[in-house]
Amino acid sequence: MECCGGKKIKSRFIDEDVDLSLLDNILSEYKNVKGSLITILQQAQEIYGYLPLSVLDYVANETKVKSSKVYGVATFYTQFKLNPVGENLIMLCDGTACHVNGADKIQEAIYEELNIHDGETTEDKLFTLNIVACLGCCSLSPVMMINDETYGNLTSKKTKDIIRDKKSKALAKEAK
Amino acid sequence: MKVVVGLGSCGIAAGANKVYDLIKEEIESKNLDIDLEKAGCVGSCHLEPIVDFYDENSHLERCIKVSPDKVLELLYKALNNELKEEASLISEEDKKAQNKQVKIATENCGYINPEDINDYISTEGYSGLKKVLSSMTQEDVIEQVKIAGLRGRGGAGCPTWFKWEAAYKEKATPKYIICNADEGDPGAFMDRSILEGDPHRVLEGMIIGGYAIGAKEGIIYVRAEYPLAIKRLKIAIEQARESGYLGKNILNLNFDFDIRIKAGAGAFVCGEETALIASLEGKRGMPRLKPPFPAQKGFWNKPTNINNVETFANVPWIFKHSASDYAKLGSEGSKGTKVFALTGKIKKGGLVEVPMGMPLREIIYDIGGGIKEDKQFKAVQMGGPSGGCIPVELIDTPIDYESVSKAGAIMGSGGMVVIDESACMVEMAKFFLSFTRKESCGKCVHCRLGTKRMLEILERITEGKGLEGDIEKLEQLAIDIQNGSLCQLGITAPNPVLSMIKNFRSEFEAHISEKKCPAHVCKSLITYEINKNCTGCTICARNCPVDAISGVLKGKHEIDKEICIKCGKCYDVCKFEAVTVD
Repeated sequence: MECCGGKKIKSRFIDEDVDLSLLDNILSEYKNVKGSLITILQQAQEIYGYLPLSVLDYVANETKVKSSKVYGVATFYTQFKLNPVGENLIMLCDGTACHVNGADKIQEAIYEELNIHDGETTEDKLFTLNIVACLGCCSLSPVMMINDETYGNLTSKKTKDIIRDKKSKALAKEAK
Repeated sequence: MKVVVGLGSCGIAAGANKVYDLIKEEIESKNLDIDLEKAGCVGSCHLEPIVDFYDENSHLERCIKVSPDKVLELLYKALNNELKEEASLISEEDKKAQNKQVKIATENCGYINPEDINDYISTEGYSGLKKVLSSMTQEDVIEQVKIAGLRGRGGAGCPTWFKWEAAYKEKATPKYIICNADEGDPGAFMDRSILEGDPHRVLEGMIIGGYAIGAKEGIIYVRAEYPLAIKRLKIAIEQARESGYLGKNILNLNFDFDIRIKAGAGAFVCGEETALIASLEGKRGMPRLKPPFPAQKGFWNKPTNINNVETFANVPWIFKHSASDYAKLGSEGSKGTKVFALTGKIKKGGLVEVPMGMPLREIIYDIGGGIKEDKQFKAVQMGGPSGGCIPVELIDTPIDYESVSKAGAIMGSGGMVVIDESACMVEMAKFFLSFTRKESCGKCVHCRLGTKRMLEILERITEGKGLEGDIEKLEQLAIDIQNGSLCQLGITAPNPVLSMIKNFRSEFEAHISEKKCPAHVCKSLITYEINKNCTGCTICARNCPVDAISGVLKGKHEIDKEICIKCGKCYDVCKFEAVTVD
């Protein structure tokens, strides 16, 4: 990222030191297959949990795709995260059905419990909140997903209970 | 005995995995003579988790809302034929709602094991493909799809035969066939349900389509947010290869075809054909000008045909039965059935599949059971962020492509979100527009900035800062965006706003002129008060997050409007209807 906006862009993202050699298997499989940039980034994100800028640069170098293009793709799609996310990724659905069934109240409950808005991570790095368009479980609205588990028919109280439960489990794990 | 547990995403969210595991453990530990199977979603998501018990004579007893603590009791009742009086059995009313439907695309969903190709074959699956490959030319196949009158189920309703013929006539090779499973419409989930419940049907449709246009490769572009659908598709593709339905020389009938999956990375605009192709090529998913159409220059500039999941899911039926049988279903210009995702303020939400042309009223009241809490029905929003709403006056509209667009909405992919009296239509318009603004890819200025300007106007209207002339400004901006955008995302982005203005203009005017929100939704335009019903129970004061409520025990309470943040908590918790909102 050394072109015009390079420095400014860098300041917006946390770039932790990551082991780039973890990418080598993916790159050797895909770097010569045309059109596989998105697949490479998806698999890279699976390794690191997000896409550090150094990874984007490395992918650009290895695949000979311009780094502006790699960055362009990484910022275009909502799946890609350029900053680390918390241990528990809350995806709160605000699709039409959830919206009319009170997703805003659930968002409030999450804020009251964790003090985070859309896109933010708690200080203890336990939770990140992402508000998403539709999880496709409309008949259980309002719905949220935490990591791979879906929770439906939410109320403010139910939401807080679920989060507290996750929190105490995470703290217990840490204590061990 | 056979036991089938519905394990679609909705069932799993309702706890069906636990139910399945408990039955499995019991069978294993007690050595019971029971076949336990998984299935997709039968469509009645409001009844999940659903467990089907089949006795020796294949007689079905369906139990609904089966909780983990109830399931073993039911299992033993079923084993002893004692389910008859069971309260968990599906009600006659719910059965009737199922029977009113005609299922083609979702006929197997909830009945067969999506992870076992033999289950699909036992329903005469892949028989359509056999017929096609052994006895029909490419032209025959396209002709049959034309006779059936199948139209694209993804939104625009383009005749499927027309697209197939265009791709077939192109000389360039290789050709590609793509299944658009990037279902992004908030409020629509039929594609997910079909992929999770009956993936082989989609594969069969794609293979037939591939044969018709002369393609050797198929790609399914599926949302990454649908992990279960991806998993089941992978299993299905693997099994189809092993059984000779995919790969070289399919069924020894001299046709090569294979399918691979590509997980999308989350962008609504990728539902647009040319954007989807760009994304498949590893680029930002931005649409381009048409023509050339994908049929001429698509994936890697080669002839490409793209259909949506539900469209492909209809194809096997046409060849298993006949094109003329298919054409008997539905209305004049819209043949066959359509799957709708019935959600929002509806009692019995879920997927329904009905013949085209069924009046909206029957779908909402006879199948959907009416409005939640028996509130007043206000409108149905169809077509998601590209669509519009059908107001209560038009509730007898027959639901087919032409009638729906005449009523001011679009069929879209089939999202049907029911809105009741408690919704503010200005806020709804804002909701849809904020979605399209976020999802605009940014290529066309009118779409990128026009939606932002419209959103700003809507925001100020809901904040009580609306100005005279704002409605006209919105209308003008809408026309500009429609004229200045390249793809359907931009062209249709203003539709929800225009439709809300057309049908609910007085609500917009009340916000602007009287600074009132008739539905009591927009916080800046409402005030909470406590009336003489107050018994002084103090529950409101204890729940107020900003301590805006004062009063003594057993005395009337008051809300300090200066401090009140209008969160509505007091209104929700009051048991005496003492909190009023205006």
